[in-house]
Amino acid sequence: MVHEWALAEAVIKSLEGVGGRVKLVRVLLGELQNVDGEILLLALEELKRGTRLEGARFELEVEPAEFECNACGARWRLSDAAVGEAEREAMHFVPELAHAFLRCPSCGSPDFKVVKGRGVRVEVEG
Amino acid sequence: MDPRLAVIPERLKGVSRVVVFCSGKGGVGKTLLSSLAALVAARRGARVGLLDLDFNGPSSHVVLGSAPPPREDRGIVPPEVAGVKLMSLALFAGEAPLPLRGADATNALIELLAVTRWGDLDLLVVDAPPGTGDELLDALRLLKRAETLVVTTPSKLSLAVVARLVRLLREVGAPVLGLVENMGRGGAEAAAAEWGVRYLGWVPYDPAIEEALGNPEKLLATQAAAKLEEALARAGVLKAR
Repeated sequence: MVHEWALAEAVIKSLEGVGGRVKLVRVLLGELQNVDGEILLLALEELKRGTRLEGARFELEVEPAEFECNACGARWRLSDAAVGEAEREAMHFVPELAHAFLRCPSCGSPDFKVVKGRGVRVEVEG
Repeated sequence: MDPRLAVIPERLKGVSRVVVFCSGKGGVGKTLLSSLAALVAARRGARVGLLDLDFNGPSSHVVLGSAPPPREDRGIVPPEVAGVKLMSLALFAGEAPLPLRGADATNALIELLAVTRWGDLDLLVVDAPPGTGDELLDALRLLKRAETLVVTTPSKLSLAVVARLVRLLREVGAPVLGLVENMGRGGAEAAAAEWGVRYLGWVPYDPAIEEALGNPEKLLATQAAAKLEEALARAGVLKAR
């Protein structure tokens, strides 16, 4: 969800306390965040102005989402799931809404876990 | 590092006060009283937000009535109903069941706090789910300035559970504004004294509530709203008239 601009703001904010020169910021995005990479990069470029990240380069990496059914153990990917546009949009807001819209493709259970592709992490190279 | 955590204080910068309605016990009326408290405060001119943390069974939106969908603007702008800014997963999930386990509930809360743009608020009311699980513990952890307001019914079944909650709140250092007794007439006052918690008053069982659900104007005209307003004034939650 985190809307691209909100997310960009969070990334910049989280790096405020990092000491030394920052050359590269790698943003690792879970696929489930359903973030538009281009808008995110644009927002990061805009928001870094006037901060100590002004000279830094930003890189995005998207980790594909993977699920595991708590009932039958089946594993599947987001690309295997049939999800409509409205549901995708809602999951863009809060990725946990996957639990409202996705079901295990093998047994139909709504009880599954997200094993990969959720959340956001930031790594820095000086 | 998780950048979402860094932006939460920023999102709550304009919020003067956070009050979490909690109980430990389900079915005692946390959702009704928290939503009603938000409406009462808004009627008195306060800028109010309402955050529904009952992710498995959100229902604050049922109390307030139909809310337009949230708007996206560099984050999410919560829709406003009767002067109350509402944020709830129900605004996105519709009527679909939302079976979230612990870690998912934590993530959903972090996500909501990181992206919701409340703006300037005098009061953010939080409706906690039953129990003392992830949503409540995370809310107290992430909303550092949160105060709590404990809701109970006069039933022994409720009091036995609420007693544990009160101890837990003390252990985690969350300020307790006091105890509100719902669907009673003073039966929980002795328990509050025993626990050393301020008794804020009682809200009677009010048959008019059921019919007023979803209609803020009607809700505000109930006896329950009047009694809750007195309790909130005692707790110092409402602005002086």
